[in-house]
Amino acid sequence: MGWYVGRRLLQAIPVFLGATFLLYLMVFLMPGDPVAGLCGDRGCAPAVASALRSQYHLDQPFLVQYLLYVKGLLTGDFGTAYSGRAISEVIATAYPVTVKLALLALAIEAVFGIVAGLIAGLRRGGVFDGTVLVVSLLVIAVPTFVMGFVAQFVIGVKLAWLPTTVGGNQTFTALLMPAFVLAGVSLAYVLRLTRTAVAENASADYVRTATAKGLTRRRVVVVHILRNSLIPVITFIGADLGVLMGGAIVTEGIFAVPGVGNTLYQAILKGEGPTVVSLVTILVIVFIITNLLVDVLYALLDPRIRYV
Amino acid sequence: MSEAAGRQPHFVAPLDQTPLEAVDRLDEAAPPTSLWAEAWHKLRRQPLFIVSAILVVFIAVVVAFPQWFSSISPMVQDGENCRLANSLAGPTSGHIFGYDKQGCDVFAQVVYGARPSFLVGVLTVAFTLIVGGALGAIAGYYGRWLDALVSRVSEIFYAVPLVLAAIVLLSGFRAQGGVGVFGVVLVLGAFGWPQMARITRGAVLAVRSADFVTAATALGVSRGRILIRHVLPNAAAAMIVTATVSLGTYIVAEATLSFLGVGLPRTLHSWGMQIGDAKNWLAQAPEVLFYPAAALAVTVLAFIMLGDAVRDALDPKVRG
Repeated sequence: MGWYVGRRLLQAIPVFLGATFLLYLMVFLMPGDPVAGLCGDRGCAPAVASALRSQYHLDQPFLVQYLLYVKGLLTGDFGTAYSGRAISEVIATAYPVTVKLALLALAIEAVFGIVAGLIAGLRRGGVFDGTVLVVSLLVIAVPTFVMGFVAQFVIGVKLAWLPTTVGGNQTFTALLMPAFVLAGVSLAYVLRLTRTAVAENASADYVRTATAKGLTRRRVVVVHILRNSLIPVITFIGADLGVLMGGAIVTEGIFAVPGVGNTLYQAILKGEGPTVVSLVTILVIVFIITNLLVDVLYALLDPRIRYV
Repeated sequence: MSEAAGRQPHFVAPLDQTPLEAVDRLDEAAPPTSLWAEAWHKLRRQPLFIVSAILVVFIAVVVAFPQWFSSISPMVQDGENCRLANSLAGPTSGHIFGYDKQGCDVFAQVVYGARPSFLVGVLTVAFTLIVGGALGAIAGYYGRWLDALVSRVSEIFYAVPLVLAAIVLLSGFRAQGGVGVFGVVLVLGAFGWPQMARITRGAVLAVRSADFVTAATALGVSRGRILIRHVLPNAAAAMIVTATVSLGTYIVAEATLSFLGVGLPRTLHSWGMQIGDAKNWLAQAPEVLFYPAAALAVTVLAFIMLGDAVRDALDPKVRG
C-alpha cells in the first residue's frame, strides 16, 4: 500500500506541472493588456506601464514567465494580483467559503442520495422507486443554473423560507439553498448508483444466506446489503469533492457566495492571469489528492482489490 | 417449486423448471446474429428506446428545418418580429408561448435556438470520438510508452474542470462577440476527449487479449488491421454509450457558457442565452424562462434515455 501511494504521488507530479503549464498558457494566450485597466480611464503613462510590466514579468517571454511562476509556487509564493493584493490572501479568503459550501453539498448528496437510493433499491418497481427515478432524471437534465434561479425565486423570494443570497453572511441557513443546488446533479447520480447496487446485492446469495440464518431484516439490510452497496457510492462521493469545488462557479454566481468560483469568474473577466492560475492550481491539487484518497479507500473497502 | 421438487425421486430438475430452458429451446437453424443485430432486436421492443429515439429524431428535424415549425425567424430582429409594445405579453393566437422582454416571439426563439445547442453537442461528441477514441485505442492496443504518454496527457486535461477551462479560454473572445459554434466545439472537445480516451482504452484492453485476437495474429493479420477490424468493433459499444450520454453533458455545458455570456455569439441565440436573458424578468414572466429551459431539459433527457437503453441492449449480462 505504501509503495502504491508513493508511486501515485510521483505520478501526480507531472500531472500537476502539466496542468499548471496548460492553464498558464491559456491565460497567456488570452487577448487584452492586463496593465491597460490599472490606471483608470486615461491609461497609464508609458513609464508607469513599463514599470508595471517588468514588476509582473509581463515583458519576459512566456517560458520565463511560467518558470518564474513555478519557482514562486515551489517556495510557497503565489505572487501578487494586478490589484496589488497578495494572491495567497485572495486564496485564504475565498477557499474556506467554498470548502464549507462543497462539504455541505457533499453531506447533502451522501445522506439524501444513499437513503433514497436504498429505499428505491429495496422496493424496486414500486411507486417510490418510479417517482425517485423520474425526479432524478429531471434533475440531471435541467441545467444547474436554471435550478438555481428557480429555487432562489420560489424558496427565497416567493416563500421567503431561506435567504436569497449569501454575501458576507455565510451561516448554515444561508448556505443551505446553494448547497442543495450545487449537490443536485451529484445527488441524482448517488441515488441511481445506490439503487442499482442495492437492487443487485439484494438478490445475492450471501443475502439469502443471512436471511436464512434468521437475522433480522434490519441487520440484513444495514450490514449485508448496504455495506456492500456503498463501495461504488463512496468512491463516487469522494471523487466528487473536487468536481463540486470546480463546479461552484455557476452556483456561487447565482447566490453571491464570495468563494473560489465567484473570485475566479471576476478574475477571468478582468484578465487577472496569475490569480486565475493560482486559484485553479489549488483546485487541481484538491482534485488529484481526492482521487488518490478514493483509490486508497477503495482498496480498504473492497478486500478483492489489493494494490502492490 | 420446492413442493414439486420434494415429491420427485430424481435430483435433476425437470426441463420446464431449469433456468437453462431458453438454451435448450435455441433454434439452431437460425442464422447467427451479431452483438449489434441482437441489440437492435431487443431495442425495437423497448419503450424507453422508442420514446427517446422518436424525441431525438424530432429534435433533429427541428434543427434541420426550423422553418417548418415557425413562420417567424428570430434571426431577423426587425419591427416585424419584435415589437416592444408586446414586451412580456402573454400568449396570443399564432404566438402560443407569448413574448419576451424585447417583444419577440418566444416560440420562434425556442425553435431556432435548437440548432446551435444541438450542433455544439453533436460536433463536440464527434470530436471526442475521433480524438479521444483514436488516442485511447492506440494507448490501449500498443501499450508501453505510448500508453504512458497518452494516459499522462489525458490526466492533465482531465484534472482541469471542463466548464472552468472553457470560461478561461473563451472569455478573451467576449470583446469580439464570441467564437461561433466551431470555437465552442474545439474548446469543449479539447477538455472533453480524456473521458472518451479512458473508456476506449479500457474497452480495448479488455478485448486485446481475447482468443479471436490471438487467432487473427496467428493467421498473420497485421497489427493495424487487427486493431481496426477486430478490436475496435468490439470496443465500440462502450464508446457509443459514453458518446450518447456525454452529448447531453455538452449541450448543458454550452448552455452554461452562453448563459455566462462567454459562449456562442448573441446572434445565434441559443437556449442558454435565452434562459440568461429571461432570468432577469423571472418575477414578471416566469414562462419566458420555462420554455427554453424545458426544451433544453427534454433534449438532454432524450439523449440520456437513449444512452441508457443502448447500454442495456449491449450489456451481455442482461441478455434475455
